[in-house]
Amino acid sequence: MSSPLILIAIGIVLIAVAAAAVLLTHSDGKGEALDPPESRRVGTALKDRPVTSYPSDSASDDSSAGGLLVEDAPTDSPDLGVPDGDADGDLLERDRIDEEFERIIEEERPTFSGRLGRLRGVFSGYVGSILSRSSIDEETWEELEEAMLRADVGVNVTTELLESLRADVKKRGLTTPQELLDALKVEMKSRLAGPTELRFAAEKPTIWLFVGVNGVGKTTTIGKVGRRLTDDGLTVTMAAGDTFRAAAAEQLGTWAERCGADLVRGAEGGDPSSVIFDAVASAAASGKDVVLADTAGRLHTKGNLMEELAKVRRVADKGAGEVTEVLLVIDAVTGQNGLEQARKFAESTAVTGVVLTKLDGSAKGGVVLPIRSELDIPIKLVGLGESALQLVDFDADAFVEALFESVD
Amino acid sequence: MFDSLSDRFDGIFTRLRGKGSLTAADVDEVLREIRLALLEADVNLTVVKSMLGRIREQAVGEDLSKALNPALQVKKIVLEQLTETLGGETLRIAYASKPPTVILMAGLQGSGKTTNSAKLARWFRAQGRNPLLVGADLQRPAAVAQLRTLADQVGVPVYSAPDDVVAGGQGDPVDVARGAVEEARRLGRDVVIVDTAGRLAIDAELMEQVRQISAEVSPDYTFLVIDAMTGQDAVTVAESFHSTLGLDAVILTKLDGDARGGAALSVKEVVGRPIAFASTGEKLDDFDLFHPDRLAGRILGEGDLATLIEKAEQAFEQEEAEEAAARLLEGTFTFDDFLDQMQAIKKMGPISGVMAMLPGIPKEVRDVEIEDSHIARIEGIIHSMTPAERIKPDIIDNSRRDRIARGSGQSASDVSQLVSQFKQMRQMMQQMGGNRFAKKKAKKAKKGKKGGGRVTPKGAAKIDKKAFALPTREEMEARLPQGGGFGGGLPGGPSGGFGSNG
Repeated sequence: MSSPLILIAIGIVLIAVAAAAVLLTHSDGKGEALDPPESRRVGTALKDRPVTSYPSDSASDDSSAGGLLVEDAPTDSPDLGVPDGDADGDLLERDRIDEEFERIIEEERPTFSGRLGRLRGVFSGYVGSILSRSSIDEETWEELEEAMLRADVGVNVTTELLESLRADVKKRGLTTPQELLDALKVEMKSRLAGPTELRFAAEKPTIWLFVGVNGVGKTTTIGKVGRRLTDDGLTVTMAAGDTFRAAAAEQLGTWAERCGADLVRGAEGGDPSSVIFDAVASAAASGKDVVLADTAGRLHTKGNLMEELAKVRRVADKGAGEVTEVLLVIDAVTGQNGLEQARKFAESTAVTGVVLTKLDGSAKGGVVLPIRSELDIPIKLVGLGESALQLVDFDADAFVEALFESVD
Repeated sequence: MFDSLSDRFDGIFTRLRGKGSLTAADVDEVLREIRLALLEADVNLTVVKSMLGRIREQAVGEDLSKALNPALQVKKIVLEQLTETLGGETLRIAYASKPPTVILMAGLQGSGKTTNSAKLARWFRAQGRNPLLVGADLQRPAAVAQLRTLADQVGVPVYSAPDDVVAGGQGDPVDVARGAVEEARRLGRDVVIVDTAGRLAIDAELMEQVRQISAEVSPDYTFLVIDAMTGQDAVTVAESFHSTLGLDAVILTKLDGDARGGAALSVKEVVGRPIAFASTGEKLDDFDLFHPDRLAGRILGEGDLATLIEKAEQAFEQEEAEEAAARLLEGTFTFDDFLDQMQAIKKMGPISGVMAMLPGIPKEVRDVEIEDSHIARIEGIIHSMTPAERIKPDIIDNSRRDRIARGSGQSASDVSQLVSQFKQMRQMMQQMGGNRFAKKKAKKAKKGKKGGGRVTPKGAAKIDKKAFALPTREEMEARLPQGGGFGGGLPGGPSGGFGSNG
């Protein structure tokens, strides 16, 4: 039954509402001052759009058809865009992809630490200053704390780490700043380390589900993971489970096309569970190895959307194959809210790992520390750049070293 | 959940109570808690430091030791400082004398530029303008398609490169932007909103590209779109966009989550530009002018009564709500009123969201998860009652209770629990309503009717202040029977009252 607090809580809401009601009399029309009047009907504006707009694209066409659409990999569907629409698209298509990836294919798949260069600088300023002193003093501790807070590690973990470090200093008699830094690195590495392997199901198809808040890069991550898998010779089906965001399926479709994966999509606004279920069925029927299931971005505070996600997870497991990974995608720029995100997503979908995206920016992604140490969710993949090859396995050692590395 | 600043203060000031004066060490301790609260809210460390300096200065000047309630006093100082930092100059859109007025949207990937371009277009339409949306994000696959779909929903045309060019990844966003302004002139569109590709602030190549777009269209306004969940890096991002493009204002997105939004404070402090708009939901009309005082409370975890009142105004029928409120405070509230008011509250969004906006809610209550399914069950039980039972729950005896339970598919104990809680709630409300509140209401109602007339933004602000002046947590506590805090003071429920969060 409902919690005994619910009625009380509702009662409190009612009081507030009572307060609002009291104020209502006094504030007629205030709503208008703050809120624009209701906009006019959409239809009228559609007339003056000879410009360039093409009101209904394929997405809405599908929704009127209602059904599911399976697009085979080397599709020549016009809206997914082969550049010059040539008939023998297959060859051209490959050319285009090659061109696109040329600049990075030239190199080896980049190493984690090699790509982390930009992470230097946060800690390094502090590190230089810390190392320049002859002993460990209060300022040393303050600077360490600042460095960690600025990397979004968060107050709790920072305090914890520094306290255990202080104990360490006493116990092991550390005296130089260098020893101190080394001890901190060891501690951070051991906290962050964890399995990075992405597991496969015993029986095909393996299902990997991607979840996260809006705008973290779920769809892009799926594209990149798809590319990795197909490069390794595996066959992939992508499930366009984001039926909410406009044109999300098109975006995934572009990626599917790029890496030669199938795409299964449903109607915009349709039920994501059924799209993913159908994708699994389709993958099973055609003997595909892996299903990469996209989901709509959602804020972890929205109970109904989180329930929907839990259902997606359950339904995905019902057909052939098995969900072996639920990957939570987190943007490196995220602050302390990332921990709450991880907590809530883990509750509803039993997250198996974190993908940290956009680490090629100036953000440090330190929030993975509390996620790893407080929720025990391993960090599995890291996005270090725009191209597919720049999605690499997480490497705790390299991550920590890069944080501390000084600029040469 | 993070502790609110009030929660943090509770401990300190309980200890300090009875002390004649605050020592420098006491003040430091308070400042440390403020520091933690700000850092947990993702306010940039540099900004935290300068804020603390200002707060200390003011706190020392105010001589806290003489304050009746030092906790409140400090909180007030902090809130004032935050509001001042966040607020200041507000953005007034001055439309270009020679249309179109051009607006450039810039930001990191995933901050919500495309969605907010459409939301902004909707806002301009509501202001009686004729916007043109420009799809200059030719980077992200299907970004233009997304913009088109959203533009359809708000009834605004889109200008972009032809589809095949976009799909082929061949388009030049600078060309698109240039063409858009010409197109807007041709069509008589008076506002042009240019959606650009997301880019990292440290990506020199892409920053140069957006600079070129900016140079090409010479925007009247450049908005930085920034995610409320952004951490310490918000400062770097804002600084580099500002130095490249010269920002005019900020649009803060994803405020409907539980992120404290400290990034907004950092950005404001660093670039000194106002936060013009805030996006508070997935729907295209969840977008409004930004209210600094509300975010200040939120950063400290203190609730947001002003927004609540505004939402309530939209959701409730004025007369009806007033009557219900009066009955609630008189203790004659019925199950029917409850059902009616629940309908209105539901319009304001999820109950938990509404709760989050209330100041002074004890942590135990705030953390209760109220799912809509719980409410549906409660409603189911009420629907199975006869009209007489709804008005007078006292007549519900065992046989009536069993009938209601069968009718609603809930257990008999669920029904009795609901009934007894309802009575408790009614009693509690009545105690709170008591004297002062009811009187105040009568007086206000009279004044309001006489006053009427036009409401200026200034007037609205005045009302907000009054809203904050309504019963504070302390006053509520004082009104409760056993005194010891909101939680403990309640008559214990059948399953143990507060704390037993079942």
